[in-house]
Amino acid sequence: MDQRYLLGNEAIALACLESPVGFVSGYPGTPSSEVIEILAAHPDRSSYVEWSVNEKVAFENALAAAWCGVRSLVTMKHVGLNVAADPLMTSAYTGVTGGFVIMSADDPFAHSSQNEQDSRMYAKFAKIPCLDPSTLQEAHDMIRDAFALSEALGLPVLFRPTTRICHSKSNVTVGPVLPYSGKGEFHKDPRQYVVIPAHTRILHRKLNEKQPAVRKRILESGYNQYHFRGKRAIIASGIAAAYVQEIIPPDVSFMKIGAYPIDEEWLAGFVRKHQEVLVVEELFPVVEEVVREVAGTVTILGKKSGHAPYEGELSPESVARIMESCGFSPAVHYSSVQPAPDLPPRPPILCAGCMHRPVFYAIKKVFRDGIYPSDIGCYTLGLQLGAVDTTICMGASITVGSGFSHAGEERDIVATIGDSTFLHTGIPGLLNAVYNGANMTLVILDNRTTAMTGHQPNPNTGCTACGGLSPQISLEALCRACGVAHVEMVDPYDLVMLTAALKTAKSLPGVKVVIAKQPCVITARRAGVRRGKYRVDPDTCTGCGTCIKFGCPAIEQQDEKAWINDLCSGCAVCAQICPAAAIGREVSR
Amino acid sequence: MKGSYDIMIVGIGGQGTILASNIIGEACILEGRTVRGAETHGMAQRGGSVESHVRIDGKFGPLIAPGIADLLIGFDLLEGLRYSHFLRPDGKIVLSERLVIPTSVYVQHLAIPSSEELVKQLSRFDLTLIKAEEIAKEAGSVLASNVVMLGAASHQIPLDESSLIQAVQRLVPRKTIEINTRAFTMGRKVGPGC
Repeated sequence: MDQRYLLGNEAIALACLESPVGFVSGYPGTPSSEVIEILAAHPDRSSYVEWSVNEKVAFENALAAAWCGVRSLVTMKHVGLNVAADPLMTSAYTGVTGGFVIMSADDPFAHSSQNEQDSRMYAKFAKIPCLDPSTLQEAHDMIRDAFALSEALGLPVLFRPTTRICHSKSNVTVGPVLPYSGKGEFHKDPRQYVVIPAHTRILHRKLNEKQPAVRKRILESGYNQYHFRGKRAIIASGIAAAYVQEIIPPDVSFMKIGAYPIDEEWLAGFVRKHQEVLVVEELFPVVEEVVREVAGTVTILGKKSGHAPYEGELSPESVARIMESCGFSPAVHYSSVQPAPDLPPRPPILCAGCMHRPVFYAIKKVFRDGIYPSDIGCYTLGLQLGAVDTTICMGASITVGSGFSHAGEERDIVATIGDSTFLHTGIPGLLNAVYNGANMTLVILDNRTTAMTGHQPNPNTGCTACGGLSPQISLEALCRACGVAHVEMVDPYDLVMLTAALKTAKSLPGVKVVIAKQPCVITARRAGVRRGKYRVDPDTCTGCGTCIKFGCPAIEQQDEKAWINDLCSGCAVCAQICPAAAIGREVSR
Repeated sequence: MKGSYDIMIVGIGGQGTILASNIIGEACILEGRTVRGAETHGMAQRGGSVESHVRIDGKFGPLIAPGIADLLIGFDLLEGLRYSHFLRPDGKIVLSERLVIPTSVYVQHLAIPSSEELVKQLSRFDLTLIKAEEIAKEAGSVLASNVVMLGAASHQIPLDESSLIQAVQRLVPRKTIEINTRAFTMGRKVGPGC
């Protein structure tokens, strides 16, 4: 046993190696991505690890391994579970023989997400157990227990950490890494694994019959606990339990919920010993609804009484406010201080030299009156440049574009999508747009990596999660195979060619694809690409502001003139847009 | 009564706030103490404003509530001011003199903040300004500015100097151990309370 200072996702990854896990797959998504990165890079790993093309693909791969008796983990962010929801729902029917843990990392406050859905609801929906850690040590221990729980019940187990678990840090006690030496073997059993109606009706009944055993095992797991201290109580789950524990008054009973489904009889025994119970949990009132069902005459406070919010993440101070509003006096008082007013914001921004910026610039020039559906990736920041009109979910730039086209919208439609997102769920949309005769231009922003989540490789990168070489796929050939007649590749740093390619696409009917190709500026720098910096000649600069509006963080304004700072990566695009020809390559003297 | 010593480390993505917070966390492990921390990951790192929370002797959640931090270490003047409400009224700030103007200021034609104005707004706190980049260059690399700042703040941090130095040496790339050790020591010499 060893004490270490770990990131939540690191604690989760190490617990997998201690279990030991035999098969790991996933698709990157904040805040889940580091688990696979850490496992793939670990020197003592003996399990199979892959980055899959999307979450459904990842899920089904891991499920198959679990059917072969191999302990398997699949990782994703909460919205990824929507993509994998199809196999999820039926995997509860087929069950598993090897432990199968589904990690779906939730993101209350949508720090880096398009919504705030609550994965605990999926566990209830699929009728499988769910583990919801409130500390990093618990996250670590739950992973170890989740594999055993899954094997004991023959069911997948949903593990649901949130951002404040995955991306927080703590001292954690870890155990030794164990070698995985198992070999998967599939035992044919059509009644179990072929879900035709005649089989699946029986499987559904069996799943329902398992539920009392599920509740019993959850109760025995010890992740739901209470301390009886008085006539009033607080019940909390997940990270909110940690916030409550820091400030709960000594005469208030406390129950922590970390595992679902909750045994109702056990819960009722606690709740009914009190006059008033406050439930504190993030997002959906999953615990509160069960508490209300068993409450009898006990007063229940929480979301449904209007004391706690349904959205956003909780914090120490918001939990204190909820407690105060319900008449509980927190042991620590937080003063309501305000941040300094009117400070200029510093949002995330496309990097200096990012290939996405000239593409958005050129799209806006060529398709001045266009509509710009976009997608999920760094390039969603094109919003700041006025070149992103819609973003809903992975792959939806193309489908929203074709929908606009068939809805009668007469303006030009120019969709943007990254290479990883295109391979994730973009291809069916493109196929559909061509098949049904949409009129639109698709620009694939091909930077050869999954940049936003930390540069995970994808089939377009040429290597796998563990660094093995893979065949490079051709996006051009893929688009042509989908039936696209006009596909053109361009270098986005060459503004003349980029503009010409967009103009050609604009002039043609049907679905046109422009593939703008440059490596992500961060991976290029890591690979040793050095282009030399650019500078502004202050005597030639007219201070017109064209380059400032371009929004590159390397371009500043000093005394009404432009000035290029150290962030310059030498893409040379600003030199091409400057109407006064005042920007040129820096000459060393 | 809170039982932890709470530190906010703030700056801009890429300035090394996470390494600085990891060093404090590692030093806590060396001293056998509990610790909690929280960080900004993912896309927010792309040149955006970032914050790390570190709670020495923390036993509960990782987040520091506004108004209770004991120490704020800032790698940029504007970011120092942005997170200053996390400090308790008698909290201390150790702040780099560096100021990076956000690109949004130029694009949106906002008023350009001046260093003097930002420092003035922080004058109600116990504030020490550090020429972190100059010192880091003297130590051997401007990249060690974050370790200079940690050294400068180290008199305030309830951990042994030797634990912090050992943590620095464990966590920085092997080739830079010497530079970073020097950066820490040089920072420590100019920090408040030395």
